[in-house]
Amino acid sequence: MVFLIILVGIFQSWSIALSILNYCLISAVMTIGANIQWGYAGLINFGIMGYTALGGLAVVLISVAPVPEAWNAGGFNLILCLMIVTLMVTLIKFLLTKYKSKKNKIIAITSIIVFGILLIRSIAIPAIESIESIDPAKTGFLGGLGLPVLFSWIVGGLFAAGVAFIIGKIALGLRADYLAIATLLIAEIIVSIIKHEDWLARGVKNVIGLKRPAPYEIDLQNTEWFINLVEKFNSTKLKLINTVSERQDILAKLVIDASSVFVKLCFTSLFLVVVVTLLILTQRALYSPWGRKMRAIRDNEISAGAMGKNVVKEHLLIFVLGSAIVGLAGAMMVTNDGLFTPGSYRPMRYTFVIWVMVIVGGTGNNFGAILGGFAVWFLWVQAAPMSIFLINFFTVHLPETNELKIHLINSAPYFRFLIIGIGLLIIMRYRPQGILPEKIVKH
Amino acid sequence: MDFINAIILLLNFTVLPALTYGSQLALGAIFVTLIYGVLRFANFATGDMMSFGTMFAVLLTYYFQSLGINFGILPTALLTIPFAVFFMIFYMLTMDKFVFSYYRIKKSPPVQLAMVSVGVMFITQAIIRIVIGPSDRRFLDGEKFILKAKEFKEITGLNEGLTIKSTQILTIFITIIVVSIMFWFLNKTKTGKSMRAYSDNEDLALLSGIDPKKIVLITWTIAGILATIGGILYGLDKSYRPFVYFNNMLPIFAAAIVGGIGKPYGAFLGGYVIAFAEIFLTYAYKKFFIYILPDSLEPSSLVQLLSTDYKFAISFSILVIVLLFRPSGIFEGKKI
Amino acid sequence: MAFFEGKNMTAGYDNGPDIITSCNLNADRGEIVAILGPNGAGKSTAMKVLLGLLSLKSGNVIIGGEDISKLTTQDRVKKGISFVPQTKNVFSDLTVRENLEVGAFLRMGNIENVIEDIFDLFPILYEKKSQIVGELSGGQRQQVALGRALMMKPSVLMLDEPTAGVSPIVMDELFDHIIKIKKNNVAIIMVEQNAKQALSISDRGYVLVTGKNKFDGSGKDLLNDPEVRRSFLGV
Repeated sequence: MVFLIILVGIFQSWSIALSILNYCLISAVMTIGANIQWGYAGLINFGIMGYTALGGLAVVLISVAPVPEAWNAGGFNLILCLMIVTLMVTLIKFLLTKYKSKKNKIIAITSIIVFGILLIRSIAIPAIESIESIDPAKTGFLGGLGLPVLFSWIVGGLFAAGVAFIIGKIALGLRADYLAIATLLIAEIIVSIIKHEDWLARGVKNVIGLKRPAPYEIDLQNTEWFINLVEKFNSTKLKLINTVSERQDILAKLVIDASSVFVKLCFTSLFLVVVVTLLILTQRALYSPWGRKMRAIRDNEISAGAMGKNVVKEHLLIFVLGSAIVGLAGAMMVTNDGLFTPGSYRPMRYTFVIWVMVIVGGTGNNFGAILGGFAVWFLWVQAAPMSIFLINFFTVHLPETNELKIHLINSAPYFRFLIIGIGLLIIMRYRPQGILPEKIVKH
Repeated sequence: MDFINAIILLLNFTVLPALTYGSQLALGAIFVTLIYGVLRFANFATGDMMSFGTMFAVLLTYYFQSLGINFGILPTALLTIPFAVFFMIFYMLTMDKFVFSYYRIKKSPPVQLAMVSVGVMFITQAIIRIVIGPSDRRFLDGEKFILKAKEFKEITGLNEGLTIKSTQILTIFITIIVVSIMFWFLNKTKTGKSMRAYSDNEDLALLSGIDPKKIVLITWTIAGILATIGGILYGLDKSYRPFVYFNNMLPIFAAAIVGGIGKPYGAFLGGYVIAFAEIFLTYAYKKFFIYILPDSLEPSSLVQLLSTDYKFAISFSILVIVLLFRPSGIFEGKKI
Repeated sequence: MAFFEGKNMTAGYDNGPDIITSCNLNADRGEIVAILGPNGAGKSTAMKVLLGLLSLKSGNVIIGGEDISKLTTQDRVKKGISFVPQTKNVFSDLTVRENLEVGAFLRMGNIENVIEDIFDLFPILYEKKSQIVGELSGGQRQQVALGRALMMKPSVLMLDEPTAGVSPIVMDELFDHIIKIKKNNVAIIMVEQNAKQALSISDRGYVLVTGKNKFDGSGKDLLNDPEVRRSFLGV
């Protein structure tokens, strides 16, 4: 895998290779999260997309500077709405225990919900409108807390964990395939809220220019020590060039290239720290008594329950843990991109591809999950160039103007769906345990 | 007079669109439920399979148009249905033979089959995008309106206009025909009964001499018909865009589960429940209340429960509520 | 030679130990044969082997002189062997009438008169013909199960604990029905827990112990056999 990425570095560019590597690492974190749920506990979570988006939201809410005008315009009303929602939830909870008759209960709860929504809308709509009208091209939202971005990674995990706790509470009792559908749909709800509530994170208008835990290229290019470093690194190459001005030009170019590589390397090392930490933790958990208990529950829920294991509680715990890791990955991804684009969260890319990674890599094996993350992500991004190569290879006898050839080349980006799909089917058929199967350690 | 205006208003902006959309969902939901009931897995390739069938209809419509064949005032796409259905069934059976049958014979858990259907989803999406591309396509021709708002106002002298699009009537009409034939088949014919028996109790069906291969074949055939027609009707009414079809899988699943998965009749009604809920909860009733309330009580706001942005979210919330309180669906009684 | 015969049957699951060894069972048309024995004696296994749900390691299954040892369950069903499982033996989402119709799936032509025969045999089913089977009582369901199995006009009817889980009154009623079925020239083989009652309506019985034939003989003989009485009938 590393070898493949090095190949990309040599043949395409180091910058591309590193961005692939960074995404591989992010994918690996996501697959670790999904693998905990599926591999350790057999829970199907098709809501990966939702937690990823929540992680991304956390980055905006934590690291962006607050917009005081917006807070003055509508902050109070929105906080009021939040309190109304809390009140509604408590009331409903209270009613659930109080009323015995089903009919009364349904009437009471429905009226609370309808009334509450109307109330919230009447309070929130003017507030939202005034918030969104404040410099809509740049802000038009409440902004964040202006804290360091790395802090948002933890918060992203916490956000996802909190939402997963609620979802887990209501949905974990469902049969496996119902759970898959329910989580898929709930994730869709989460994303549609993020997309349409502009006051929260600008919705589909995107938030750009997010803070970074790494230096900016432009600063690096003007930093003395960095230029010197690049010069030293390339000294043999530079010595071959005679004229001073030419040398200066090339050095400037090298510095620009090197600065982008350097920034990406910073991200890579941060991500590596996360992946390695997670790997150590999950491995230890897997072989701890707790991990054994989880596998026992996965393999036979009923008998594990009969032996006094609290299946529901353990499932909830693992659901929350796995989702938190996915949320962390979502925050990492947005930090890496430097922008938050709610419109780009689609189940194909953020749920199903991640699942393919888990299944291909190896269910229940953390190394497998990481391998799956790397391999599938690599295929996902390199499928298009690979298929263009193959199309050209097979249609070499056709003239350049051949319609079929042009059509195929234009469709090259879609071949990755084909490759991923066929790959998944082949693995499921001939190696259902994945490339690196689960290792059963006997004690 | 105001009262009639209010009714026409609701009819025009909620009931008619909801009936149309509901019919489209219902066809998809029955497709989901049949696959779930007989072949026992949640088919995540549902939306893309519908898209696949529709793709042929679109291509054939263009081809027919280029040959100068049309269907008079009706859309040419209706002529392509038999061919599109044929291609669809052929594709489904191919997928079944090379992908699904292996797991069925091995009696793999439903989860595994669902995961396999994700693979099929990827492949189907790839084929569609490679063949026809991801862009938006309209293939409706023939007469677009049965009744235009202006004409309606002239005839009745009302303030509110009623627009009836031909696709709306076609959708409702064709859905009723297809669904009636399907229920007749399931309830009255020997093959239909054996299919229900197989869905109910596979082992006993085998002991009664029912041939599982035949059941699978018929299930995919019916599924192919439903998927293609549902997809074509949706495409005619709105437009054909592969990504939208993939997304439609979600309300379709919601409809199937709300109706009680595995029960075609429930899925049929579930489609309408979802459609009506989506449209009624996101409609702005301001004008409606202006008509029926005295002037002093006229609302100033839009009187809209939820913004239309949350259309999808509504169906999902309904689904989640149903899953929590009545996982067997909201309709009592007969399973099929 | 009997009409339906299992000869020297030896079978077990996969690579596990043999559950039945050299077991012999047979039944003629118009005869009720009970298979009895303690738990784990291999009664159900013997029945599975006769049906082809489990394959033989050695021995033969013969019907009407034809060796069907190699046939699949489906093909044996076509030879006229009908089976009523102990559980899940009806289509609970279908109506009573539809259950019967599905039971006649293999029969060509008009099945109305066959349905009439079944309604004559089980009058209660006629009353409930349009009801969903899932809504019927346990005893009525058992009758639907028997009715469905008889719809194909089988020559051999195999019953796996037909009276499990029903009250003693319903049990007597069911046994009465089984005796009536016998008159239609069907060979009936049943596995039963209620040994005494089963033997009292059976023409012959087999007692299996650890997968081998321990006793056999007419129902009356077995009932009166002191050793059988002591060890299995609890008298």
